[in-house]
Amino acid sequence: MPGVDAVAPIVEARGLCKDYGARRVVTDVSFALARGHCLGLLGPNGAGKTTTIRMVTCFTAPSAGALAVLGLPTTPANHAAIKAGLGIVQQDESLDPDLSVEQNLIVYASYFGIARRDAAARASALMRFTELAEHRAARIRTLSGGMKRRLMLARALLNDPRLLVLDEPTTGLDPQARRLVWERIRTLKRQGTTILLTTHYMEEAAQLCDRLIIMDGGRIVAEGTPAELVAAHVGADVVEVYLTGAEAEDARAVARLGAGPWRTERVGQVLYLYLRDGEAGARVFGALDGLDFARRRATLEDVFLTLTGHGLRD
Amino acid sequence: MPTLRALRVWRRNLESWKRYAPSFFVAALGEPIFYLLAIGYGLGRFVARIDGLPYAAFLAPGMIAFTAMNSATFETTFGSFTRMTEQNTYAAILATPCSVADIVAGDILWAASKSTLSVCFVLLLTALFGLVASPLALALVPVGFLVGLMFGGLGMMVTARAPSYDFFNYYFTLGISVMFLFSGVFFPLESLPAWARAFAWLLPLTHAVNVCRALASGTLTPGLAAELAWMAIVTGAAFVVAERWVRRRVLP
Repeated sequence: MPGVDAVAPIVEARGLCKDYGARRVVTDVSFALARGHCLGLLGPNGAGKTTTIRMVTCFTAPSAGALAVLGLPTTPANHAAIKAGLGIVQQDESLDPDLSVEQNLIVYASYFGIARRDAAARASALMRFTELAEHRAARIRTLSGGMKRRLMLARALLNDPRLLVLDEPTTGLDPQARRLVWERIRTLKRQGTTILLTTHYMEEAAQLCDRLIIMDGGRIVAEGTPAELVAAHVGADVVEVYLTGAEAEDARAVARLGAGPWRTERVGQVLYLYLRDGEAGARVFGALDGLDFARRRATLEDVFLTLTGHGLRD
Repeated sequence: MPTLRALRVWRRNLESWKRYAPSFFVAALGEPIFYLLAIGYGLGRFVARIDGLPYAAFLAPGMIAFTAMNSATFETTFGSFTRMTEQNTYAAILATPCSVADIVAGDILWAASKSTLSVCFVLLLTALFGLVASPLALALVPVGFLVGLMFGGLGMMVTARAPSYDFFNYYFTLGISVMFLFSGVFFPLESLPAWARAFAWLLPLTHAVNVCRALASGTLTPGLAAELAWMAIVTGAAFVVAERWVRRRVLP
């Protein structure tokens, strides 16, 4: 579509903060999501991803900062207008257990003011899209986790949203179910749907997102395309050295490898060597003599762990 | 303020309820009928006429008010709590243009609709028993709706503050049961000492019973308008408070 609308970002956040009581859970988050793009929010539990999503979807008001979604500031007066253009897949399952698959869609369409006849047609099309057509009369409790998630996705598409918001769309799904959801999200991307998603899965982020924001402790710690992030924070390759557990021997190996032109990080019994360039790659083999190791391409997971640490987040 | 979208929430509740309709009718009809039989006719044989009425005819409008209270109360306590917490229904609806006010209004309207439905059945039954004297008793149907709105709102306030289902024990024992027994359903409040009458005046069901009894016997007094005004004020206040509390809970 030509004109101003085509260049105005779908989401524009500047300096967002969110406090719950005295606790600040999101600090100074700024980003823009352009039409047709897919932006991923990554971060460990408690990083502030879901709170950020809740602000974008008008579920909670920012304590500070400016936020506009679909070109409208997220003030209470605009909530209905903004939500009319959003499709939201929340983390928790929220289907109507007493209704069939098809009824779930038709009833949900009514909240958007979609007439019943149109709703039935949209529901049929979306059940085909999410491969639920043969389950149209099924009760929700008889569906698998993957089917429920697909139905949540179908439900979020009823109003033809200008922004699709997916909060951990595949958490808890088996690999087959996950791949089917990814496939559908990619199809939506090809059709030009703008997507904002959160995920724990680096593979998901790498597969689906044009740009990524990595959050930790409520702040943005890195931003870029998946390739940029890998290049900037990790490098080309990673060598994992598996230590023996014998203290003196391990200490010698760590000291020797720590002297090379690469960054090292020890996590328990594994020593990671992050090789930035070919020169480091060429020199590393001599240093690894006699050690048990594996060499692989650097991934987003390395970026994630480098930036947010290896400690458990519960 | 709620919008017409509240009716879509109402409709959702209707669709979800359809398959449970048979059990609703058993619950809505069973209790008042058994009370009428056991207390109205059984115990009533040992009771003098009250206000010139046989005891069962005195009891019947009280039972209608009680029925309206019960249907609405169950709906916005156990029903709404389930939708708000276990089923995440509120969160799902809030992802659409519907607001918290729409959801709360939709649930309360639905609760009042169930009250109306159960009042219709109990009214029909009491008419068959010959317990209602006046054609004015037909006005009990819309009154049942108003009583449902009031108790729907009160139940919603409790739900907004309930940490778990167990919390409803407090409301049902200290609120609903007390009202059932001390709001003039079973005996005229005029016979009580002044302090007990003052206490009963504070109970919402007292006013519902007064209205139902006046309409069933066809005695319209100016006092009736005051009773309806009392109920309207409590209904409005309960909605405002319930909406605020639910909003604070689901949109922190």
